[in-house]
Amino acid sequence: MKRYSAFAIAREALRNHTGWARAWRAAEPKRSYDVIIVGAGGHGLATAYYLGKNFGVTNVAVLEKGWLGGGNTGRNTTIIRSNYLQDPSAAIYEKSRSLYETLSQELNYNLMFSPRGVIMLAQTQHEVRGYRRTAHANALQGVTTEFISPARVKELVPIINLSGPRYPVLGGLWQARGGTARHDAVAWGYARACSDMGMDIIQKCEVTAIRREGGKVTGVDTSRGPIDCRKLGIVVAGHSGVLSDMAGFRLPIESVALQALVSEPIKPCMDVVVMANTVHGYMSQSDKGEMVIGGGADGYNNYTQRGSFHHIEETVRALIETFPMVSRLKMLRQWGGIVDMTGDRSPILSKTPVEGVFINCGWGTGGFKAIPGSGWGMAELMARGHSPLTEAFSLDRFREGRFIDESVAAGVAH
Amino acid sequence: MLILTCPYCGITADETELAPGGEAHLKRHGPGSGDDEFHSYLFTRENPRGVHFERWRHAYGCGKWFHAARDTMTLEVFGTYKAQTTEPPKEVRAAITARHPGWSWRDFS
Ligand SMILES: Cc1cc2nc3c(=O)[nH]c(=O)nc-3n(C[C@H](O)[C@H](O)[C@H](O)COP(=O)(O)OP(=O)(O)OC[C@H]3O[C@@H](n4cnc5c(N)ncnc54)[C@H](O)[C@@H]3O)c2cc1C
Ligand SMILES: [Zn+2]
Repeated sequence: MKRYSAFAIAREALRNHTGWARAWRAAEPKRSYDVIIVGAGGHGLATAYYLGKNFGVTNVAVLEKGWLGGGNTGRNTTIIRSNYLQDPSAAIYEKSRSLYETLSQELNYNLMFSPRGVIMLAQTQHEVRGYRRTAHANALQGVTTEFISPARVKELVPIINLSGPRYPVLGGLWQARGGTARHDAVAWGYARACSDMGMDIIQKCEVTAIRREGGKVTGVDTSRGPIDCRKLGIVVAGHSGVLSDMAGFRLPIESVALQALVSEPIKPCMDVVVMANTVHGYMSQSDKGEMVIGGGADGYNNYTQRGSFHHIEETVRALIETFPMVSRLKMLRQWGGIVDMTGDRSPILSKTPVEGVFINCGWGTGGFKAIPGSGWGMAELMARGHSPLTEAFSLDRFREGRFIDESVAAGVAH
Repeated sequence: MLILTCPYCGITADETELAPGGEAHLKRHGPGSGDDEFHSYLFTRENPRGVHFERWRHAYGCGKWFHAARDTMTLEVFGTYKAQTTEPPKEVRAAITARHPGWSWRDFS
């Protein structure tokens, strides 16, 4: 792999950019692999990467039915934070956030990680109490957050309207080391590093069946023929139900559409991420100047990557109350992704009823922030059979009543 | 915009008038049931990419719960029917079969 550097840019500038190599090989599927990962989104690629890096497992294929990063990884609003409530969540999300801090250097790929700070506004007394509690919990977990006053919110976000008639801003939960990153780059950076370790990333290769013998996985059928494997990782977000059906078990997951939109680019006006969970909207400004906006998920099952218009209307209406200046902005684009929702709003990283089949799903509306930590834990789970990071997130927690309730932390989709 | 006809009052309403209620025809389990039964009743779902039976409430209309059969891949609606039943009516199943020969959902197809 040719490393990217300031020197490389200068060198290529002098020879008309003719020397850049492909970031990853376009591989042909082999007959068999030690490990197959289904789904080349961020979580699948990160799983493959840490399998190679931390455990030396490199006879790995990542199979993707569309194009790399074309699922939710390329459709999200890129918010990174770790201010969750429960201990297992704090552990995996904070691991993830801290990995993001140095990931550009590690992957030699600019992820444009921007720890600009994230505020979650408290706009009801209930939220004030909830976020104070979260701040205390975070202090015990070693996650740096603080509950801040309305005056401090105004200082951080001059364009905010504190005294909205219905939902005045009463304070906020502030995580200074939260922020955003370039979503595509996360997928591309991991893919390049995986390919460099000799792994095969195979796009336009849809898994259509999971072959088993005596309760154990033996391989998959794909649109490009059968491929054998000893272990299989299912990492397909909204399509988890489809893959689990192929493997013969059901999941506590429903797939619904979540949408986002961006405005025309404007001059820099807001350098932190602001989330307003009561009114269901959140906003940040991209490096290009667009306001990146997201809101709530639809309530019914959907696989079309198209959401309901009235949700956009609700989100925008809420944001106009909180940020009156956005009322004149034109919206450029709107899109949707299919998110995999669990009942307790926490993910599933687990063994499954089929030996050799592992699943990583249920990240729902908020898994971009978790990509490095999830990949780290999932790789350990697949290589060793257990991982302290993923233990609490096993599939049997529903049966056993061990919910990891994050419905407050994940109150709005992000 | 998703549009469904309420089988009680006959009003064709768009989704802003309706509240979604998740998968329909769940088999309910109560005291005396085992862990597996509770697990499947309370948590696991079909979540299919295709034919889906689901519950809706005409929240800003007559207020009643009803059932709908929809395709989650195309958003086509095959029909709606009253909630006081344990399985979808013949017309709805016929409409689905016309579009997806050989479809399956529990023992209904
Ligand atoms: C609008 C929106 C906004 C969001 N905002 C945020 C945010 O601000 N912060 C945050 O942390 N999270 C956010 N999320 C959530 C986040 O995007 C997801 O949790 C995360 O990207 C999931 O990554 P993944 O790798 O699991 O799935 P994906 O990126 O969806 O990858 C799964 C891949 O599997 C492939 N696949 C499916 N079926 C098959 C098959 N049969 N064979 C082969 N491949 C298959 C798909 O094509 C897809 O590429 C948002 C999501 C959406 C939709
Ligand atoms: Zn009605």
